[in-house]
Order: sequence, then C-alpha cells, then structure tokens
Amino acid sequence: MSALDPTTPSVPQRAGWAWRPYALTLPALLLLVAVIGYPLLTIVLRSLSEPQWGPQNYVWFFGAPVNLTVLQRTFTISAWVTVVCVLCAYPYAYLMTAVGPRARLVLVLCVLIPFWVSGVVRTLSWVILLQDSGVINSLLRSAGFDGVRLIRTQTGVVIGMAQVLLPFMILPLYSVMKGIDLRLVQAARSLGARPSRAFFTVYLPLSLPGVYAGAIIVFILALGFYITPALLGGPRSTMLSTLVQTQVLSLLQWGRGGAMGVVLLVTTFVLLALAAPVMRSRHREAGRR
Amino acid sequence: MNPRAENRGAAIDLDTVSKAYGSFKALDGVSLRIEPGEFMTLLGPSGSGKTTTLNVIAGFTDVTSGQLLVGGKSVVGVPAHKRNIGVVFQHYALFPHMTVGRNVAYPLTLRGIAQEERKKRVAKALDMVKMGDFAHRYPSELSGGQQQRVALARSIVFDPPLLLMDEPLGALDKKLREWLQLEIKRIHRELGTTFVYVTHDQEEALVLSDRIAVFNRGRIEQVGTGRQLYDQPATLFVGRFIGDSTVLRGEVKSDGTGTALTIAGETVSAPRRLAGEANAVMLLRPEKLVIRRPGRDAAGTNRLSGTIAEAIYLGSGSKYEVKLADGSTAIVRSPLAGESFSLGEKVELCFDGADAKLLPDDSTADTTLT
Repeated sequence: MSALDPTTPSVPQRAGWAWRPYALTLPALLLLVAVIGYPLLTIVLRSLSEPQWGPQNYVWFFGAPVNLTVLQRTFTISAWVTVVCVLCAYPYAYLMTAVGPRARLVLVLCVLIPFWVSGVVRTLSWVILLQDSGVINSLLRSAGFDGVRLIRTQTGVVIGMAQVLLPFMILPLYSVMKGIDLRLVQAARSLGARPSRAFFTVYLPLSLPGVYAGAIIVFILALGFYITPALLGGPRSTMLSTLVQTQVLSLLQWGRGGAMGVVLLVTTFVLLALAAPVMRSRHREAGRR
Repeated sequence: MNPRAENRGAAIDLDTVSKAYGSFKALDGVSLRIEPGEFMTLLGPSGSGKTTTLNVIAGFTDVTSGQLLVGGKSVVGVPAHKRNIGVVFQHYALFPHMTVGRNVAYPLTLRGIAQEERKKRVAKALDMVKMGDFAHRYPSELSGGQQQRVALARSIVFDPPLLLMDEPLGALDKKLREWLQLEIKRIHRELGTTFVYVTHDQEEALVLSDRIAVFNRGRIEQVGTGRQLYDQPATLFVGRFIGDSTVLRGEVKSDGTGTALTIAGETVSAPRRLAGEANAVMLLRPEKLVIRRPGRDAAGTNRLSGTIAEAIYLGSGSKYEVKLADGSTAIVRSPLAGESFSLGEKVELCFDGADAKLLPDDSTADTTLT
C-alpha cells in the first residue's frame, strides 16, 4: 500500500543487475522468435508481396462473400465450442476441488487421457459415433426415436471440437477454483444467503478469472482447428483453416492463404481487446488462501 | 451498572449437545446457558470443542444429539442462512471482489432493504468500527486489523440478536489485539447484543467477558466470571489454564481439620479437605506466595525450600520461577518494593494454608496445556 507498510519486504537492489531476471526468459524468447515471430513475418510479407507487391490478396478476401461467411462461421463455431466447454467444464472442475485426493487423481486422469490419444484418432472415433448409421443414431432408433443428423453438421463439429478442447477449459478453471476460499461461501451463508445466492454472489464471481482464462485458450485454439471440422463437418461447416489449406496446398496461392491468416489474427486481437475490460479484475489475487 | 443499550440480545441454551466424528467426540454432552446481552467467552486449548460449539450455534455443523435453543426456539436443523446470527471469522472472510461498502451492504441486500436505508445503515455500522472513510476500498487494500473491523461491521449491520466471534484477533499482533479488544467491548456495550467469543488466550477472555466457559476435551470444565475461575477453579485444568499457578504434589494425609502434603521431606498443610478418593494437589496463585531468604522468621504457616531458576523483571514487579526440592517449579510474583533475588540463590517460599486450593489431581491438565 505504501512505502511504510512493514509487510512489503524490501529487496536489496544492486545497480546494473536489474536486467538479470529477464535473462531467464532468453531461451523461450529465442524459440518464440524462431518458430513464431519469423514465420509470422514471412506470412505477412507474402500476403502483401505475392504474386506482386500490393494489397490485392486482402482486396480478394473481402471481395468474395464466401470468405466472409466462412470467417464469420469460424468465429461462431469457436464461440459455441467455448460455451459448451464452459458449461461442461465448470461442474467438472468444481467436483475436482470438492473430492478427496484419490478421486481427484481419477478425475485429472480422465481429463488428461484424451491428450495422449492423437487428435485424428479421436476425431475418427467421433465419426463412428456421430455418423448416420453410427452408435448414437442406432441407439436413438432402437429406442423408437427418429435419427438425428450429426455428422457433416455444425453441431457435430462443435461436439467434436468441444471434446478435444475440454481439458484446456477444465485445467485453468480448476487451478482458479482450488484457490477460492470456501469459507467465504460459509460467511455468505451466515450473512443470510441461501446456497444458490451464495454461489452466484460469491463463488461464481471469484471463479470468473478461471472461466476467462479457459475461454480465451479454448476460443483461440478453436479458431485454428483444422482436422476436426474437416472430418466431422460438411461444406456448410467449413472453417477458415480449411480454406487456407485449399488456397495454399491445392491452389498454391501462398499470398491469399497468408492474407487469410493475417485477417484471422487481427480479428482475434480486436475481439480480445474488446473483451479485456470485462475480464480485467483488479482484485483477482485477493481471496486466496 | 453498565451504561448498556436496551437488551436486544438472544438467549442461548445448549442442552447436552454432542457432536461425534466417527468415534471422536468433538463435543461430549455440553450444556450451557448464555443470558441475553451477555458476553460469553468459550475458552480452551485447540481441539477442546470451543470452535465446534460456535459452529453448532452458527449452523455450520449439525449436532449428533442434544438440543439447541436460540432466543427460546429450537434451531436444530435450521440452515445457517435462516438463523440470523452474525459471525466474525479469524480469517476475516471479506469478499475480495466487493468494496468495503458492498461487503457491509451484502447482508442488507440479501434482506431486500431499500437503497436509502441500506446506505444509512452501512455508514452507521462502518462508523461504529471507525472505518467510515474506507467504504470505497477493496479488502486487499486494508491491513488485517482494518479488515477485521470491516468484517465486524458486516456482521452487525443487520442487527442480529447474537454475534459469534471465532478467534477474531488471532491473526493480529499484540498491540493491535489489545486495542481491538477494547473496541469489541465498547461495541458490545453499545449494541446490547449477545456475544459469544471463542479464544484460546486466557488473558483475552479475562479482558472481554462477562462469563467464561472453559472447554477441555469436548466438555465444559467450569463456567463463571474471570474472578470465579481464578479464585475458585473447579478443576486443576481450569486452575492451570487461567492465570499462572503453582501446583504442589506430594504424599497426602487428611484428617478432620485439614490436609497435609509432604513434598521431598517438607510438609505443608491447608485447613481444608477434599471429598472423595481422588489424590489431592495444592494450587497456589503467584501473588499468594512470599519469597524470602532462608533462616528468618516465618511469615506464613507453610514453607518450602527452593532455588531461584528464573528471575523476570516485569516493570510493575518481578516474577520468579523457583525450583522446589522435588524438581517442580513454583511461580512467584513479588512487588517491586520487596527484596530482589538472583539466579541460583537458595530461598524459602511461604504461604498461608488458607490460600491453597485443594483440587483432585488430573494428569491430563498438564499435557493439554502445551
């Protein structure tokens, strides 16, 4: 709070040593520059220089309605995936904080095991489950219901992507939730809040940083998804990454592919910047045990 | 006597309340009546059942058996949020995502109180704890003592007839604790609410309470005013827990007129006897013992020889630890004006047999003190 606060430890500072901690980030920094920074720069350059210098690739992108439709759909699907992940992960992560260490280990393993199975294999499993003659539809029909169309639909893509991305929602959510002091909920009860009210006024607001962190990770990863929408989706659920693939690998239009990547990147940044004020919490660190 | 506000407190009746966790009895048949407007302290070492009792009253813990009345009505099975009882926690439990003002307004918002009225009452509660200027701060911007004052304001703002405090000053340093003790006492006087206060600090209990209930191993050993507990401890545990004390153990001989205790060859006596079979011990308060150099005329009827093991200067007087012939330690407080003694000096301890309390021996009384 102030310089007089005796609880603030004073770290002895030696002149000229202040940069030292930053040196620790050097390996990561070099890696990032090599595998992200440099390629990103080439993408931007190519989008402006191929086949010749100029904004022609961007003009093309915004001139073709199909591109804009797919761009919008990419964001819509990613948003749905994020919503589904939040709804599935929230109770799961809460359960992880509430159970004993043994049950928690089982729950963590259930989250992590899918990580050890390749994404292609998991997506193909979803094909088997979701297809018109697949497990879900057979069960529905044998129970006397009409079958539902899941494969080659947006719903199927959302289901498959949400399953793949769920761990990225659960883990940050759990790490925030386990830091929430449950005695605060008890305090709310003593002040007259029935359990649901205590949850919505105390627990939920304190868990929001975890929701935001998980949502950002899931949303951004979902934007770039390629295999799952390609295998589970149909032509009406194409996402931008598929279009990029077509441009680059089939049509060898590196410039156009690059422009699409840049548009996706910039749009993401804009959305995050818009969401940031909502997500910023001044006192996120308080209320920890 | 007290310039106390009208009595708005609720009475509490605990009737043979027990709480078991498996085979462990956290509370073992606790009965206690707390009068309306009383300041009752539950005192005891950790694990003695005092916090469990508080949690039972607050509704955080259900009882295994027994009856609990608050304001004459049974609250067994009533959930915590319907009990209308203020609780102050050792860890403050302020909501970190709300400002001080919103924290204090929280119980009023829950009760659907209109904004005008809410503002007024929040301001009044914050003024009462002298935190009126902090309404727009967040808890993380306050010191521990300030946070606890806000927590106190939050728990009294809805005018509960009963306020429970669970070691509220436990995390604060001594100076702040002493000051806040007086603040809590003042607030209790102004509100007229029943206060139930849990602590393991006997000095704090003596400063604050109208009456003190001493807990040990899930039971109440004794209930009484601080003076009663100090002057007439019912058990050795209470005698040792409240204040300093010297316990004399030895070979016991009782006859019609009194009890004699032989300790390593020296015999002391008290003009009282203990009913029952139990082995008697003598308990002496430090100010009842007189310390002097050996070989002079006796001041009291009893004397024991010993060696000064520790001399502590207290400002207002001195405290000596004297090693007795049987190896036990006696604690003596002597006024500054008297003689002073140095380490290792051979001395005699004198006391009037009438000042010695005879109590049944209880070997657990010593071990539970740590």
